[in-house]
Amino acid sequence: MLGEGILKGMAETAKNFFGSYFSAERLTTVEYPEQRVAPFEAARVFPFLVFDQENRDGGGPEWEAGMRCVACQICEKECPPKCIYIEKSKDKKLDYLGKAQYYPARFDIDISVCMSCQICVEVCPFEAIKMDTEYELSTDDRFGSLLLDREQLAKSNEYYHQIHPTEASAVDTRLAAEKVKADARAKAAAQAATAKAVAIAGEGA
Amino acid sequence: MSDTQSHSAILADRLEGWNRPTAIVPQNEGELLEVAMGPHHPSTHGVFRMDVALDGERVIRLRPVFGYLHRNHEKIAEGISYLASMPYTDRLDYICPITNNWAYALAVEKLTGQAVPERAEYLRVILGELTRYQNHASSIGFLIQEMGASGTPLMYAYREREKILDLFEELTGARMMVNYMRFGGCRVDASQGWLERTRKVVAGLAGFADEFDRLLSTNEILMARTQGVGVLRPELAVNAGVTGPMLRASSVNYDIRKVDGYGIYSRFNFRVPLGDHGDVYDRYMIRVLEMRESIKILEQALKEIQPGPVMDPKAKIRGLRPKAGEAYGRIEAPKGELGFYLISDGGPNPYRYRVRPPSLINLTVLEDMCLGVNVADVVLIFGSVDIVLGEVDR
Repeated sequence: MLGEGILKGMAETAKNFFGSYFSAERLTTVEYPEQRVAPFEAARVFPFLVFDQENRDGGGPEWEAGMRCVACQICEKECPPKCIYIEKSKDKKLDYLGKAQYYPARFDIDISVCMSCQICVEVCPFEAIKMDTEYELSTDDRFGSLLLDREQLAKSNEYYHQIHPTEASAVDTRLAAEKVKADARAKAAAQAATAKAVAIAGEGA
Repeated sequence: MSDTQSHSAILADRLEGWNRPTAIVPQNEGELLEVAMGPHHPSTHGVFRMDVALDGERVIRLRPVFGYLHRNHEKIAEGISYLASMPYTDRLDYICPITNNWAYALAVEKLTGQAVPERAEYLRVILGELTRYQNHASSIGFLIQEMGASGTPLMYAYREREKILDLFEELTGARMMVNYMRFGGCRVDASQGWLERTRKVVAGLAGFADEFDRLLSTNEILMARTQGVGVLRPELAVNAGVTGPMLRASSVNYDIRKVDGYGIYSRFNFRVPLGDHGDVYDRYMIRVLEMRESIKILEQALKEIQPGPVMDPKAKIRGLRPKAGEAYGRIEAPKGELGFYLISDGGPNPYRYRVRPPSLINLTVLEDMCLGVNVADVVLIFGSVDIVLGEVDR
């Protein structure tokens, strides 16, 4: 019969239309500004810099003192659209292992260029740069407010735990293990030094 | 051209053969109307222009004009490291980024002789077939939209696509710009929960294919509009290098998953659907059938996947410097043969980086399919090619 296919299609449409009143399966949209879908844990938007809360080196604001970044500039080099700008500091300060390291005197990310590929996160050996999930970032200023500086990029480790709990816990475990190892190494070195000193003293006597 | 040559003789001359001279506006042809369809024509899938010359309603010549979305992908890739090109490949065919990642990773793996762990191969197949499913669903939606069914089938397709994109986002962190594959595996492993959710989504996909069939396949208007329209002869399709569903709709049995057996496709049991007539309806039908075959592959892969590493621990990702040489990696992307050709001179970035995009090469036969048809069908034929301008212009 001519028109049978059309009628069958119409029946399908009607099923979907009336179904949307009864089953959540058929109702697929949310009313955006009032309702929001929670982002997935793996979701990524733009990078941010992690700082640890405990103030290690004294002086300066908390975000600056605890920043994990050591200005090694690997992310700057690997960034595909080249949107990271880093200037290394002249002096050094202690990092979480108690080792003297440089820190970024300037760390800018141009988020109008950034393409959220997370390669900077992947290549960072210091767990210093991570991806944020904040997506409502529109501004009316085209240039200035899209170039984020150190202070705007710095977010606490607690915040990192909030947005990516599993990943952040894994990072914390790894860093803690590294610290234990570094401490052990430092202790062993200290012991060796004292033993050597004792030995030298013994030789002298 | 002599004055005595009749209109129909000119038209016949124009319709014959592949190697005709470039279309010139012929004299003595009566009133000829030149129309620029695009770059902002509502039917075009992006910024693409078709300059058509019309004799009444009939198309006498058609010239595709593209390049509006040129982003210099190949040259940029020659200046940056191998890893840094990976996120750029997402942006070629932005409807199916996973397969772009896969083709590029395959090319680099061929160049360096890198092996891929088994679980990563399975994950690639699962993601690749999900991509094929959602690409075909939305491309049919677009095709029907261009026929005038404003929105309904497209929105149904998008409802389904959204479920698949949610899986992508959960695994890779982004719905479309996934940046997921690496040379020697995949970036992150899929959790058991993710696999369970994928199984649930895949179980629902067959129902959606049935729904699409009931909604469209026997629709009289769709059949009247598409059957016998835009016929692509198999000889021409082969000569022009057309690949993918378009080639198979012209009854040429060529699927790189079968021919090349890249990855682990030889382990799966699936058929390659073939068309009979090579018209728009066949291209539509081939896509519906391929969606069903994708479900079969997905079910097998999800059953067989075993735990294990997803990344070769010895694989070098950052600072990759392959030995001097060349490699061509190709896969059956949803739109056709997607290939990456790389030449390395031993340096940190490729000496030559070339993409063989299926969309661009399938588009070269557009004029041959459109000559002599009504102008309303041009939109339909163009829709049935299934292109993405990000890949055509690169």
